[in-house]
This record gives sequence, structure tokens and C-alpha cells, in this order.
Amino acid sequence: MRSGSPGPARWAAAWDGAAIRRDFPILRQRVHGKPLVYLDNAATTQKPQVVIDRVTQYYVEENANVHRGVHWLSVRATDSFEEARAIVGRFLNAREPREVVFVRGTTEAINLVAATFGRSRVGPGDEIVISAMEHHSNIVPWQITCEQQGARLRIIPTTGAGELDLDAYATLLTDRTRIVSVVHVSNVLGTVNPVEEIVRIAHQRGIPVLVDGAQAVAHGAVDVQALGCDFYAFSGHKMFGPTGIGVLYGTSARLESMPPYQSGGDMIRSVSFDQTLYNVPPYRFEAGTPDIAGAVGLAAAIGYLTGIGFERIVSFERELLEYATDALSRIPGVRVIGTAADKAGVLSFVLDGVHPHDVGTILDREGVAIRAGHHCCQPLMDRLGVPATARASLALYNNHDDIDALSAALQTVRGLFG
Amino acid sequence: MTSDLRALYRDVIVDHSKHPRNFRTLEAGRKAEGFNPLCGDRLTVYVQVDDGVIRDVSFEGLGCAIATASASLMTERVKGKTVAEADALFERLQRMISASSDAPVDDLGTLSALAGVRRFPVRVKCATLPWHALRAAAAAAGDEVVSTE
Repeated sequence: MRSGSPGPARWAAAWDGAAIRRDFPILRQRVHGKPLVYLDNAATTQKPQVVIDRVTQYYVEENANVHRGVHWLSVRATDSFEEARAIVGRFLNAREPREVVFVRGTTEAINLVAATFGRSRVGPGDEIVISAMEHHSNIVPWQITCEQQGARLRIIPTTGAGELDLDAYATLLTDRTRIVSVVHVSNVLGTVNPVEEIVRIAHQRGIPVLVDGAQAVAHGAVDVQALGCDFYAFSGHKMFGPTGIGVLYGTSARLESMPPYQSGGDMIRSVSFDQTLYNVPPYRFEAGTPDIAGAVGLAAAIGYLTGIGFERIVSFERELLEYATDALSRIPGVRVIGTAADKAGVLSFVLDGVHPHDVGTILDREGVAIRAGHHCCQPLMDRLGVPATARASLALYNNHDDIDALSAALQTVRGLFG
Repeated sequence: MTSDLRALYRDVIVDHSKHPRNFRTLEAGRKAEGFNPLCGDRLTVYVQVDDGVIRDVSFEGLGCAIATASASLMTERVKGKTVAEADALFERLQRMISASSDAPVDDLGTLSALAGVRRFPVRVKCATLPWHALRAAAAAAGDEVVSTE
């Protein structure tokens, strides 16, 4: 693998947070004269030098179009692109690389399934099940499918702690349910949903399940065979890879049964003005020149993460989340939103008497980057009864100093607003 | 704390955000909702206009400190003014908070407290939200929703 993976030996000893931070050049920056404290990882993650170098190397040494040329460079670009597909396949524990479709991101992956599965398998009176904690990108595509096919959206409710109500979920499934689409890790609450159980219940009725893994892939190993899901969607940029590249995993059987999404080059077997024969998956769903550099950059990011090891990452982030939760709860007036038993590195909170937008502005001037707003989850905000939250989201390069800077900046907010 | 932050969150701004004036509905007259989908600010401005003069004005809703303080200051300033005068005031406010931070500050009386917004370009929309809603309410035949996006 040419991903510049640091290799397991480097991490054989204790967690070396300082070494990890050195891998991310952007973290050396100062913002408004203060050290950058980047806690907006649920929006996008920063890129390690190995990913930046790999993308550069692709353009310097390998750039050509894929699946087309007989010339040497085209073969080389194709090899790198298909090697990236194989690396993603192994990362997800897919059965074979052709179950990996390269797309622009999670949003496009969900749109692809909503459009093609929706067009071929959803009809009038049918139902599509999603949850109350979905991102707009796992709501709106299904609303459009429902509108076009005459189907209806059903919503799995959440509990006060921010967990899915599985009893209610089971009763929502009927003979008319065509697909279930749920988020793996909530971008607002940090809740890790019991995807295996959700899939098991749906499969009892033969209903396929799509999992939105956008917030999951940077924080833990994903095994699509263990989850049992039919589709899994994620974005490269939320797991230290480039923007503009993402993945739709689909089982071969599901992908084979779906019509094309976009159309054009690469997705066809033969074209005449009378008839066009479509290519097999994954190429059927990859019309046009793909983001080749993005795909090889994503493979490098996977190499970086697996080089460190997900077991280490999970245990490090669990400790950091506990430290951060504890630090925030010591600040008067802070209320953490989302208290699920199983949580990944997302901390949504509100500060009594201060709007999250003001919190975000004040923190920014202290060098602390967080997100303030509805996080593209307006229905969930309505359910929580808040117009917006402030959200600090963690990644493997964060440390106690970052959390201490967040706490100090929140004290500044308290100082301004009394 | 930075001087930029002190300039943005002056005592008068914090005071108006915590204790907004004219924070109520108005049965008589018209209303318009201002909505900033980016941060979720949602304010409704009520206005009673007779012969082109703003007889009464109020607001309610949920917003950040800048939007709330701007709305509160606005209701105090435009009551008794003509719609055209309120419009002209809004134009001057927009110029003041969009100017570069070293430009001289136009004397807008109490509204000058909002001058610190100019150092925070992403917050300009918060300050102008209630004014857009006022303009829509004063001009509207029916109820309106205006968005800053």
C-alpha cells in the first residue's frame, strides 16, 4: 500500500498524542492570535500529511483517466483507483471490492439509493422508515422518493436521553415497508445506534436497511457483514480523507437489482441509438470521470487510521469524551444534550441564557472552533425543544488541553453574559 | 478576552438581549417573521402603521444576543417615525456594520452600540434580521416571512 501508513510498530507503545498532532500540519496554526483548538470534527476532519502527500503524489506521478486508456499512465491511474476500492472494501469488511461504489459523499450515496431503489422498488401506498435523529441528507431524499412514488415516510421516535425507541420501531414495520434508513452515530447527540439490532428486526420481514455512517467511520471499526446492513454510506472528509469523495457500500445482490443513477461514460457496456446496455456494479453507478485523487487520498486516510488501530482510537476517544463531559458539567448553566449510554465523540450543549450562536462567536475569538446551529437536523431540534445547540466534536488529535481551552472560553462567555 | 468581543458584546447589547424592550405581540397591525436558517434565529416583528407613521412596534421570538438586541433597539428607535425614516435608518445601520473596522462610526445614537458587528462579518445578518422583518411587515399586505439566507 502506498498510503504512507506509519505502520503498527510506531503505535506499539502508549498513545502518543503529540506525535499524532504533528501528523496534522493545520493544527500548528494560530487563530486570532491563539492556538487553534479544532473541535468541529463532526463537520469535517483535518488531514494528516500522509493524505496530503498521497494526493500530491497522484497528481505528480499518476494522473490520467481511468478505465479508458491503453497507455501506461492510464493503467497506473486505474490500478491506484481500483486498489483504493479494494482498501475501502477491506476497511468495511465487504465481501468483495465491487460492493464499493465511489460517490461524492454520504449525501450522494443516500440520494443514489433513494433514487434508484426508490424508482424500482417503492410504489404507491408503500412506506419508508427513518428516525427522528436523522440529518437532513437522510430525510429529504426519502421525502422526494415518497413524493414521486406516492409512498409515505414513517419516523422512529427518540427517547429523552437521545436513544431510538426500538419498541416503537418494531411496530412501525409493516408489509408496506420497503426500506429502513437510519444513522449509525448521531451528528447532534453522539448516540451510537444499535444498528445490528435494527437490521435484525428489519430482516425478519425481508426489509433492506441503509446505514448513514458519516459520523461513525472516524471513530470505530465498521464491519458491514457483522452489522448485516444492505447499504452503508460515508464521506471521506469526515475520516481524515479529502473532500469530494465518499462511499456507498451495497451488497452485490442489492446493487445488481438497481437501475443506474446518473448516466454517461463508464456506466455503460455498449451504446447504440436503439439500445444501451448498462455496466455491472459498481461501474453502473459511477457515470463520468470519478474523483480519482480523492479515492487514493481516502485509501491513504484508511491506512493512517488502521496504522494507529481502531481499538486504540476508540479507547482514547472514550476517555477524552468522559473528560470533556465532566469538564462541561462543571460549568454553571451548561446542559449537555444527548446522554445516550453508548456515545461517540460528540458533545452538544446549551448554556443557560446564552444563544449558541453567541457562544460560537466568543469561542472562535479564543481560538476554539465549534459548531453552533441546528446541525442540519431541524426536526431533531424541534423534538429537543431548542432552536439550536453548540456542539464540540472530538477527533483523535484532540487532547485535554483542547478541552481545557474550551472550558476556559466558556468561562469567558459566562463573564460576558453574567 | 479580546477587544473585538468587548466591542461586539457591549453592556448595552447584553442588557437589551437579556431584557428586550417591546417584547410582546401586537393585536392591531401587521407582522412579518424574520428567519435565519443558518443559526435558527426566528423573530416576529409587529407593526401598526397609520398614514405612513409607525404608531407602535414590537417583537417576539428566539434569537441570538445580536439579533435580539438589534430588534429591541429598533423598536425603541422607530416608534413615531415614518416608514420612510425607518427605512433610511436601516440603510445607515447597514452601512455602519458593513464598513471596514477602521472606518469612522456614523453617529446613530443608541444604534451605534451595534458598530462592533463590523468586526464580525458573519454576524451582520443577525443584526439586520429584525430590520428586514420590520420592512416586510410595514410594506406587507398580509403576513410575511423574510429570510436572511
